[in-house]
Amino acid sequence: MSQQNEIGLELKGLSKVLGGRVIIDNLDLQVKKGEMVSLLGPSGCGKTTTLRMIAGFLIPDNGTVTLAGKDVTTIGPEKRPSAMVFQNYALWPHMTVFKNVAYPLKVRKVNKAEIEKRVHDVLGVVNLMHHKDSRPAQISGGEQQRVALARALVQEPDILLLDEPLSNLDAKLRVKVREDIRDLQRRLGITTVIVTHDQDEALSISDRIAVMKEGKIEQFSTPEDIYNKPATEYVANFIGSLNRYEGSYSNGQISTGSDVVGVRPEDVTFDSKNSAGAVEATVSLVVPRGHFHEVYLKRSDVEIRAFISTDIPAVGAKGYAKIHKALIYRNGKLASVE
Amino acid sequence: MANEVQPLNLHTKSWSVKIILAIFSILMLILVVGPLVWLAVHAFATEWKFPSYKPTGLTLEWFRKVFEVQALKEAMKSSFIISPIVVLVSAVICLPAAYASARYNYWGRRTFLIMMFSANAFPKIGLFATIATLYYFLNLMGTIVGVIIVQVLGTIIYMTWIPAAAFASVPKNLEEAARDAGASKFRVFRTITLRMAMPGILVAMVMSFIYAFDEAQGTFLVGAPNIYTMPTAMYAIVETYPIQVTAVFSILLTIPSVLLIGLARKHIIGGQLAEGFQIK
Repeated sequence: MSQQNEIGLELKGLSKVLGGRVIIDNLDLQVKKGEMVSLLGPSGCGKTTTLRMIAGFLIPDNGTVTLAGKDVTTIGPEKRPSAMVFQNYALWPHMTVFKNVAYPLKVRKVNKAEIEKRVHDVLGVVNLMHHKDSRPAQISGGEQQRVALARALVQEPDILLLDEPLSNLDAKLRVKVREDIRDLQRRLGITTVIVTHDQDEALSISDRIAVMKEGKIEQFSTPEDIYNKPATEYVANFIGSLNRYEGSYSNGQISTGSDVVGVRPEDVTFDSKNSAGAVEATVSLVVPRGHFHEVYLKRSDVEIRAFISTDIPAVGAKGYAKIHKALIYRNGKLASVE
Repeated sequence: MANEVQPLNLHTKSWSVKIILAIFSILMLILVVGPLVWLAVHAFATEWKFPSYKPTGLTLEWFRKVFEVQALKEAMKSSFIISPIVVLVSAVICLPAAYASARYNYWGRRTFLIMMFSANAFPKIGLFATIATLYYFLNLMGTIVGVIIVQVLGTIIYMTWIPAAAFASVPKNLEEAARDAGASKFRVFRTITLRMAMPGILVAMVMSFIYAFDEAQGTFLVGAPNIYTMPTAMYAIVETYPIQVTAVFSILLTIPSVLLIGLARKHIIGGQLAEGFQIK
């Protein structure tokens, strides 16, 4: 595909100070056209501020925002080729679903017949035709979310911005809407930036994830890379679960040292038979976690957690715990994967 | 399920509760509607004096009389001209102030809002007397402009506080969503902010109209003897005409307020505020 290497969004040297505090600190980001990128981080890391600068609600103190090849750094949100879905949807309560979705077109002075057609089309895409004359208050949260999405899509934006789009939905619905959004985004090939603090959401929906910390991007890579080779100790801690030790790692054992060793609990196995690199261990606690069990193991070198889904041992059982993969960090940065 | 709290449901209440509620409702009705009925009867009665428990006869004579007397006709005319002007002037002055107070945290904002109370915080007669002195100096005594200014003073409190609250209750991200959809700042204000604050603004306008329509003290002090509105004409009526004319006049004074509240009710109770739409 020719659009593969075109740039959909570029942030260069972006900085923003709000209330005397540095929120965004010299941030660079390049999103390819048609790509779906997550800004992931804890609250206060600056991900929403970044999104608001892309949308045009905030003007950066330094740096540039380029959307679809056009520098939009200082122009207002109404003139940008971006459309945003707000966290609480921000539907206008005094308008029907149809009028909410038609508003962006009406503002652009599109003629009546075309408004009618485009709104019907997009309501069909999000499967809401039967609610076109309802008020936002009369439909469910999931439906409101789809109206907000339709209102953004009807503008045929160059870039779609989603601010925590799933955080107001219950867990079951979240997974479904997540898949719907992903499916729609792929079908329309629309460049999308999604802000989230939910790692599952980010890992399952994105082409690439930008993990943020204190106004900076810690790592920007594919979900597989972020999970399997977290570039910094911070990312390793933030994504997934981690057994963390200060020490050094060799031959499946952890001994005193100056590095940091991280071990994912799913990379630990517990067996009654001994094998190379395994260490004798006793089960001290078993916590059921649904499709797997979290098993606390006491080894001679360290205590370690393991995620085990078959042959769950009982508390007090003795056997051998083996570390299959360890992440070694030196000065906070990934030094090696063993 | 014994612990479950049952919602109050009048349909399932026992008869005794229903009867007590009915009695209270009737008492309430007598208290509220009673004086109005008494007034209405007087307006149509030839005569109704203490020992007799019903009027001697019914007549439209008093209405004819009210519309016949030139001075009363003038008073009605001035009232219906002045009050809407007062509401408009007040809206033009106060709504921008209300919007600013709701959306911008300027220096002295709180002080400004509290100061709005000052005109209503003290006995008005003192304020009006002082204004009268100023008016002599500015040649505003006995002029329509003078009366309008005096009445606007009293409406400021309604026209700033209620719309300010209405503007403030419009969530900012609803405005942002409209900007994002491509609307200019002015269009966002017109189609989103103003539209959503409208119920509150309507309430403020109705209350201002009722205030202006009913204002007597200042209007009398500043307007008499050149300008009489319906309430200030009432002073003269009470002295010169039979009580029935006063009753007719009272009813005429009530009609606009009742009509306005009826109209506003549709917008306020039937509007989006009543839908219970929850915005975090």
